[in-house]
Amino acid sequence: MLKIENLKASVEGQEILRGLSLEVKAGEVHAIMGPNGSGKSTLAQVLAGREDYEIDAGSVTYDGEDLLELAPEERAQKGVFLAFQYPVEIPGVSNTYFLKAALNSIRKARGEQELDAMEFLKLVREKVKVVDLDESLMKRPVNDGFSGGEKKRNEIFHMAVLEPRLAILDETDSGLDIDALKTVAAGVNSLRTDGRAFLVITHYQRLLEYIVPDVVHVMVDGRIVQSGGKELALELESKGYGWLESKAGAA
Amino acid sequence: MSVPVDTQISDSPALGPLLEEMQTLGEQGSTGPLLSLRQHAGEAFRRLGFPTTRLEEWRFTDVSRVANTRFLPDPRPPELAAERLAPFLYAGCRNVVLLNGRVVSELSDLDISDAPGLTVRSLAEALEEPAVAERIGSLLPPDQHPFVALNTALFRDGVYLEVEAGARLEEPLHLVFLGETPDGQATVSYPRNLFVLGERSECTVIETYASLDDGESLTCPVTEVLAGASSVCKHFKVQKESLAANHLASFQVRLDRATNFSSHAITHGGALVRNDVGALLDGEGAVCTLNGLYVVAGEQQVDNHMRVEHKKPHTYSHELFKGILDGNAKTVFNGRIYVHREAQKTDAKQSNRNLLLSDQAIAHSNPQLEIFADDVRCTHGSTTGHLEEEAVFYLRSRGIDEAAATSLLTYAFASEFVDLVEVEALRRDLQNFLFSRLTGGDIVRQAV
Ligand SMILES: Nc1ncnc2c1ncn2[C@@H]1O[C@H](COP(=O)(O)OP(=O)(O)O)[C@@H](O)[C@H]1O
Ligand SMILES: [Mg+2]
Repeated sequence: MLKIENLKASVEGQEILRGLSLEVKAGEVHAIMGPNGSGKSTLAQVLAGREDYEIDAGSVTYDGEDLLELAPEERAQKGVFLAFQYPVEIPGVSNTYFLKAALNSIRKARGEQELDAMEFLKLVREKVKVVDLDESLMKRPVNDGFSGGEKKRNEIFHMAVLEPRLAILDETDSGLDIDALKTVAAGVNSLRTDGRAFLVITHYQRLLEYIVPDVVHVMVDGRIVQSGGKELALELESKGYGWLESKAGAA
Repeated sequence: MSVPVDTQISDSPALGPLLEEMQTLGEQGSTGPLLSLRQHAGEAFRRLGFPTTRLEEWRFTDVSRVANTRFLPDPRPPELAAERLAPFLYAGCRNVVLLNGRVVSELSDLDISDAPGLTVRSLAEALEEPAVAERIGSLLPPDQHPFVALNTALFRDGVYLEVEAGARLEEPLHLVFLGETPDGQATVSYPRNLFVLGERSECTVIETYASLDDGESLTCPVTEVLAGASSVCKHFKVQKESLAANHLASFQVRLDRATNFSSHAITHGGALVRNDVGALLDGEGAVCTLNGLYVVAGEQQVDNHMRVEHKKPHTYSHELFKGILDGNAKTVFNGRIYVHREAQKTDAKQSNRNLLLSDQAIAHSNPQLEIFADDVRCTHGSTTGHLEEEAVFYLRSRGIDEAAATSLLTYAFASEFVDLVEVEALRRDLQNFLFSRLTGGDIVRQAV
């Protein structure tokens, strides 16, 4: 479904992704772990279409199509979703209405019937339970005055409504207490299907106890330096990133 | 206040018709104290002249285009077909309709015997009563501001509103000032309004300024509001004249003890618009809110010059002005707050925020605080900038295209003001304007 080859990206002349390769098949969950500043969020934002980053080399193919050629909204319309590490507050735009506008522009782009207010409300009622989101947050402006945990849950809620094919979760677990973490994980697990893939970026192994990955990658300094099964996450937890960082240096 | 003499009047093409008009009005219309006020105003204007950008108060407002145009008053009697008025009306209001500054009686709800304690009249008629005539110019003397002088010398009509002590005006009073340029002649009007609000009275007044065609025009209105103790007045002004209109308006309110006055000014029409707005907080516990939204593009210029004067202790003022600028538009927000020595415990807040949608648009923002009391709280803030790229990206990453994302965020910027517009029909009209102005307006309409 997603194939990244030798991707190099920079911002303001500073190289951040330095030849990254990765392949994710439909139905799989891949975890990306790595120290702060290794370029995890940059990868996530580049995949979602952030224009701040210069693509210097490499390719990204999504369902056989050149993903890098598409505008951010086109990627979303084709099923790419990014749960932001730092969800943006948008005062003045109601969470419900924003999500309805988003869902309907995606449906419209796909040639599907747009949902009317009643149908949308029904969908929201259903999905809001999945992430245990306080319904009052639906009426408030997007992320405005939400707590850290509420923002993360709201991202998962958006994901549940938009039903992407490729979901990228950028440290959705950071700053969550264990109950919130379980809820987020349950939200993700409920969406796991054969046709859907997840790229779960995390700093800690903890989340992976609840969202069990098929593959774990370790990212250091803009590259994947090691890939393995879920036991790699445990190994990292006990040994730290040090041994892989030296490996990256040697490469 | 002394005004430096800096005149360009002698060679102004606008002058000839003005002087003639003063002459005519002097001969036929006014008598008694009003006549001398008008003469005084005429002299003041001759002395002051059209302001130039060399004057500090007019540094950013270049009125030379106005001074160089030969504007004439509309010679026709004020008549208008009802269907031409219809698009400007709001449901649930009492209306007074003016064409080029004169009341169109047939279209105005002047017979309001069903509303006790309320008087709504053509100002020209009301002036026959000395008590009314005496109050003209009581807040805005004719010798300090060139366009107040011009209005005072030349106004023909306007609206007189009186709400007796304890009376309440149920429906909003909608004053519809329509401009028309007969045979394409550049046309000037000087509407003059006086609101006398008794103690504990309540009213809502909307002033709409709009054009019936897109000929060149100058509207030069003056509104004075005497708000009695504990009265509550909600004032709205909508400026949606054509892009060939010039609008130079002066407004002054005097608040008495515990008066609660609020004003919301919406400006999106006009080539050159300037609002000089003054509030005198002249009684303890007076509360004054002055909010505004301007939405401009192309070559438009909109200036808001605010002057809030705290004269008594425990007075409160709050100003929120938001601007959305596109194209080569230019705006000025000048916010003066003057706190007298006696006005302890003053609480004054002022905020001006501008959103730039183009790189060419310019928003000037000048807070000016003059504080002579020591125990006061005055805060002011001003920001001017583009939309946050990160927010646009967030929306786009959820499937909303760039134009719609930009429009949504622009609407969101305005919504803080929009939500404050209590009169529902007016709020909807403003929303519809914003939707029509924003690309991808349908998405925005859905999303808010
Ligand atoms: N927009 C940007 N402008 C400047 N530097 C950036 C930008 N985005 C990321 N960086 C830099 O790139 C490096 C990787 O950042 P990031 O991708 O956020 O790492 P991670 O998510 O792994 O912590 C950091 O050194 C960071 O400062
Ligand atoms: Mg990160």
